[in-house]
Amino acid sequence: MTLLQDVESSQLRKDLPKFSVGDTVRVFSRIKEGEKERVQYFEGIVIGFHRNGIATTFKVRKESYGVGVERTYPIHSPLLEKIEVKKRGDVRRAKLFYLREVSGKKARIREKKDWLSKKGVVVPSVGAPEGPAEEPPAVSPGETPQE
Amino acid sequence: MMTGILGKKLGMTQVFDTEGKVIPVTVIEAGPCTVIQRKTSRDDGYDAVQIGFLQMKAHQAGKPMLGHFQKAGKGTFRALQEIRIEGSDPLDVGSEIKVDIFKEGDVVDVMGHTKGRGFAGVIKRWNFRGGRATHGSMFHRAPGSIGASAYPSRVIKNMKMAGHYGNERVTILNLRVVGVQPEKNLLLVRGAVPGAKNSLVYVRRAVKKQGN
Repeated sequence: MTLLQDVESSQLRKDLPKFSVGDTVRVFSRIKEGEKERVQYFEGIVIGFHRNGIATTFKVRKESYGVGVERTYPIHSPLLEKIEVKKRGDVRRAKLFYLREVSGKKARIREKKDWLSKKGVVVPSVGAPEGPAEEPPAVSPGETPQE
Repeated sequence: MMTGILGKKLGMTQVFDTEGKVIPVTVIEAGPCTVIQRKTSRDDGYDAVQIGFLQMKAHQAGKPMLGHFQKAGKGTFRALQEIRIEGSDPLDVGSEIKVDIFKEGDVVDVMGHTKGRGFAGVIKRWNFRGGRATHGSMFHRAPGSIGASAYPSRVIKNMKMAGHYGNERVTILNLRVVGVQPEKNLLLVRGAVPGAKNSLVYVRRAVKKQGN
């Protein structure tokens, strides 16, 4: 490890769940207003990562009263209280900037299908600290996965 | 009181402060430096120490320098720097100077040699704007007029023109020390410092900062 990485490594956060582009996440961040500190959350679709070690950021987009809102968070920021992964999206590109141009039906994102767990194969969940909230909609046990 | 130290620029990164704000920092591997020579007002007319940084093999030094290093008997060094001190400071030849002379919150000046750009045109060197690239433009990166004609019949001095750029000694004043890690000889200063990675820098207590 170089000394430069060494300086960065102490600041890296490893406690946050893994999530990727297309996921719907709820980001809880601490906000200071004068003397008081409170936690505010922002829920939306992750539309891109800018990966650069300690300087890695991610962009979350949501529609708020018909207006598109995007926020960029440093992923290693100590101000992030926690991140909840609400949905896993199935997307085919790294940056979802096209969402800025579309609305309604075109702005939907397919949910990632979890074939393995349906068949009863246990794989370690990627978003480890998450509970059942992030699981795909329940499927009746006897049903076989469709092609 | 030691006021300066030699170091090596390792590169830039960022740290989060206590409020969670991102601070851009340059990481400098500063010291340990060894006192090679002690100058006194009795012998030299002023009080100073000469410190060495980056040990090298003896055969890599020239003969005159080798004699100088042998006097101190602490090995040979690539970089030397003379620093003025108070006469009462007990800094003898051979004593070590470490990065712990600085602490978080100090204000320092950093000197180094900027990256060499070679023979550079006026756009890079003086931020001229240049001309249009297309649409029949025949004026791209040229400097334009450099003066009038018959009068004064010469180019006035200090006209901004193409020429050698970079690789000059530059001092950046009043950079804040964001962190010190004495066990790893690391110094974190806010902002950029001159030079490429692994280049030599000299860090000193800020001279123009009031009450420092």
